[in-house]
Amino acid sequence: MTQLLQYLISGLSTGSVYALVALGLALIYRSTRILNFAHGDIATVGAFLAFALLGLNFHYTLAFLSALLLGPALAMAFYFVILVPAQRRGASHIEQITLTFGLGLILQGFISYFGGTEPQVFPFPLSDARNWQLGGVVLDELSAGTFLIGILACLVLYLLVHKTKLGLAMKATSENLPAAQTLGIPTRRILAISWGLAACLGVMAGLFVAPAFMLDPVFMLGPFLKGFAAAILGGLNSLPGAIAGGLIIGVVESLMGGYVVFEFKNTIAFLIIIVVLLVRPEGLLGTEFKERV
Amino acid sequence: MDLVESYKDEMRLIDKPWKGFWIGLLLMALLLLPWLGDEYMIYMVSLVCIYSIGVQGQNILIGYTGQISLGQAGFLAIGAFTLGHLSRLGVPVLLGLLGAGLAAGLFGLVVGFPCLRLKGPYLAIATLGFGIAVYEVFVNSQTLSGGRMGLIVPKFSPLFGLSGSAFYYYFSLLIGVVFTLVSFNIISSYIGRAFIAIRDNDIAAEAIGVNLTFYKLLSFVVSSFYTGVQGGLYGLLMGYVEPNMFTFLESVTLFIAVIIGGLASVEGSIMGAAFVILVPHIFSSYKELVPVAFGISILLVLIFEPLGLYGRWLKIRLYFRNWPFR
Repeated sequence: MTQLLQYLISGLSTGSVYALVALGLALIYRSTRILNFAHGDIATVGAFLAFALLGLNFHYTLAFLSALLLGPALAMAFYFVILVPAQRRGASHIEQITLTFGLGLILQGFISYFGGTEPQVFPFPLSDARNWQLGGVVLDELSAGTFLIGILACLVLYLLVHKTKLGLAMKATSENLPAAQTLGIPTRRILAISWGLAACLGVMAGLFVAPAFMLDPVFMLGPFLKGFAAAILGGLNSLPGAIAGGLIIGVVESLMGGYVVFEFKNTIAFLIIIVVLLVRPEGLLGTEFKERV
Repeated sequence: MDLVESYKDEMRLIDKPWKGFWIGLLLMALLLLPWLGDEYMIYMVSLVCIYSIGVQGQNILIGYTGQISLGQAGFLAIGAFTLGHLSRLGVPVLLGLLGAGLAAGLFGLVVGFPCLRLKGPYLAIATLGFGIAVYEVFVNSQTLSGGRMGLIVPKFSPLFGLSGSAFYYYFSLLIGVVFTLVSFNIISSYIGRAFIAIRDNDIAAEAIGVNLTFYKLLSFVVSSFYTGVQGGLYGLLMGYVEPNMFTFLESVTLFIAVIIGGLASVEGSIMGAAFVILVPHIFSSYKELVPVAFGISILLVLIFEPLGLYGRWLKIRLYFRNWPFR
């Protein structure tokens, strides 16, 4: 029983990271129908900036804040400088996805060149060595912090999307772009803000993944792919779905790793997506238009 | 561009006398390469030949049928390990390559079937998942991957008194040329037109009598067959296979080659294969910056030249043909 609880706790903690990644992907997919393959790399850039600033003896808050600003800046620059001109030239859907792929490769290369490919220890105010014993279950500071920040970020995003004018404009833009434009919504700015918000969530996830693993140029690949899986599981255009998907994948992965086979822990996420896509392609909470062929 | 007067003209691969001359010259240069270039150059050109097979397969899937796939590394791995195990059992190389292609094609069928319902981004994720799953299976299974040192693929002895590298080069070249001819013929046959119809509008294609299920699956199978053969040849050239040769990065490389070479063109696939092999070679002293070069090329190609290197080549050719007019 305590073992089960232990696995659940660690699953929820990693799951909240996946949920953050998935939220960012779903946010972009919902508004522009683009899968952002550079999501993980933007997060990596943020984490590396924080690492560099911490190395220069900056305070944690300052380093993390600048990382959380750099990610959105990059994403918005990509949106305005590359994606918008490409759309003006009539780039197809697959081509736009490929553009994010290209951005990912560029960022990946620069990180390896300037940051080095050696795994490094990422200093963090919370440590996974300090922990509390709660009736046999061990809860460490890092997982607890990850979980709390994950929930908090989801809550803030929920309020932003459902209770503010900006959220309403985002919803309108994602539902019908020409109609939103006609009604006077500055759709391009709204879309850029969506990209920025998504990148911010991604960097946040990256900052929590980095101390748990080592920091190297590809450290976000795993969480990023799991985030993808989570977003698909929950339904690519649904934000609550992304959170639910992230938590489910985290818990299932942890339980699989604990009870069944440890080696195939990472494969399970993809088996889940393949099953989901077969049975319910629009995901748990998604409402994607389904076409019969 | 040019006037086509009959169906036979449309079907001809070499439609102008000069084209025949240039292709002959290119083939001659390729045949004479072992006398002209050094060992390293032969090795690079063999790699280009091998990669062009897989890129053509990927192009049939992405460029002609419009089905995105990011799991090619999985098929590569299946092909390479099939060939490795078969040749360790003493199966002749050509049969082994056929087996590699068939095994990958079988898995293409298995992956293609659930993917029939998926489109665009969903398909990309599902195939990506397949690629990673295959990688993990090989990493975690000692019997399949031949243990930590990888699977040694026995070298076959060169025939006709050629040196080892020259023989492998001719072998890869031969198979590359055969597959190029096959792709040209697939594209200009009924099958190829069905693929293109599916890409342009699948519902309309179905309405005019293209069997969507069959042709989508066929496209998956053909593309994974090509990729499997590439994997087998790659294993032969390297002399060993290990799972880490077939990571997600390898799928990315094939994908990039298609995009940069030019969607929906066989010549473009070969150019794309040459690009992804030669650019890392040029940047060999700045290995970390290779992805940057790839990424920037993708952005440039997609924004300024969506037809890729092949489109640029067509424009250059047109410019010279019409010179001094434009």
